[in-house]
Amino acid sequence: MSAAGALGKDLLGLEDLSGDQIRLILDTAEPFKEISERAIKKVPTLRGSTIVNLFFEASTRTRVSFEFAEKRLSADTVNVASSGSSVSKGETLVDTARNLEAMRIDMVVIRHGASGAARFLAERIESNVINAGDGTHEHPTQGLLDMLTLRDNFGRLDGIKVCICGDVLHSRVARSNIWGLRKMGAEVAVCGPRSLLPNAIGEFGVTVFEHIEDAIQWADALNILRLQLERMHAGYIPSLREYNRVFGVSRERLERAPKDLLILHPGPMNRGVEIDSDVADGPHSVILDQVTNGVAVRMAVLYLLAGGRPELAEAAKGGGR
Amino acid sequence: MLEISVSADHIPAMPTRQTTVLDARAMDRALRRMADEIVEHNDGTDDLIIVGIQRRGVQLAARLVSHIKDRESVDVPSGALDITLYRDDLQTVGPRPVVGPTDLPWAIDGKHVVIVDDVLYTGRTVRAALDELADFGRPRRIGLAVLIDRGGRELPIQPDVVGKTMEIGGGERIDVMVEELDGKDAVVVAATGDA
Repeated sequence: MSAAGALGKDLLGLEDLSGDQIRLILDTAEPFKEISERAIKKVPTLRGSTIVNLFFEASTRTRVSFEFAEKRLSADTVNVASSGSSVSKGETLVDTARNLEAMRIDMVVIRHGASGAARFLAERIESNVINAGDGTHEHPTQGLLDMLTLRDNFGRLDGIKVCICGDVLHSRVARSNIWGLRKMGAEVAVCGPRSLLPNAIGEFGVTVFEHIEDAIQWADALNILRLQLERMHAGYIPSLREYNRVFGVSRERLERAPKDLLILHPGPMNRGVEIDSDVADGPHSVILDQVTNGVAVRMAVLYLLAGGRPELAEAAKGGGR
Repeated sequence: MLEISVSADHIPAMPTRQTTVLDARAMDRALRRMADEIVEHNDGTDDLIIVGIQRRGVQLAARLVSHIKDRESVDVPSGALDITLYRDDLQTVGPRPVVGPTDLPWAIDGKHVVIVDDVLYTGRTVRAALDELADFGRPRRIGLAVLIDRGGRELPIQPDVVGKTMEIGGGERIDVMVEELDGKDAVVVAATGDA
């Protein structure tokens, strides 16, 4: 067992984790779901821990979800956004983090526009680092909550067929899902316009569908990605209308599937572009379950990474029950 | 030198020194008496809620509920409490303990809650359970029923209902086994080898 516990110091991506480590996080998330259903949604587990949420990119869902997870575990939290902070004065990432660390923090949750930013930081500070999305690289807690939602519905991940649809090129959610799901034994496919698939998609070990109709025939679940218009600086698609006509997931298309497909979307949705409203709000949509599960998964990750200082365990040994 | 894990969940397959304190029949008799005492203390079964502590307290609580039903023909509400997230040693133990499910679907305000655990030792588990219950509501009264009281308290906590009291040395460990998890009902004392 590594010194910092079963997960190590940081959660940077699902590519680094083993199937057993992913299973540990998903299993740990189960009992945390119940805490959010209580009248008093709080347990004292991380009392005295200080966590900084360092968000260099806009985020509502992920930041709020992490903040709820932290508060429900009784951690003290501080939010730092790039605008309005010393970052906007030109301070480097490492300087910002080292200054925060000098105030005796325990964990950093970081979202950053540069791929690899979380690892860069983790290698330079003592605190636990959790990647809340780095560029187009990974968004591990989103991958985990997607897997938890799939497992809730299918009872397993092994052998299920998941198709990730849309803007795979710009999507850290896609990468985390592909790496995580494949480690758990799921079959993964992607479907989208060639211009929005990575050139090296062949190396991910996934099936590629050119037509959304074929993906719908094949899959048990669709994880529909947001068209990341803010990252598209060149002409990746002719128009949003044409994208919707060719790749949009509509009720008419789903009705031609041999079975009911589970519908996931990491949000925020572009309704009428990659997903139609009657699908997003339809009976097989688990989009809001994903959001609920996000808090439980993040609580599990915080719990598994925090504390656990084995050098003190010897002193506590013999305490027993 | 005997090497046996001190983890409460790990029952060694073939310990070399092990004494059975209660066999299945003795354990059943003790639980029947405990069930009677719980009902007696509560003046009946009104407002009674039985809450087992994960893990083996949950199975013992189910036995108590079943014995109360035999005697009183009443299904007493029961629940399960996992106190891991309320432990006072989480900053020092590593790796992280496994968290089990908490399932307490009853409003506990104004009720008489009886906490059930297999072994009462330092009292720290019960302290954690009291804190957790306080997050669910304000019972009129909280009682404590344990199958084994082995002494060695580190906190001012005492049981109301006890199956068996015994003094056990620091070098020994007591294991409560239940059919559902361990394949048989028994209470055994084994040497831990580290004292």
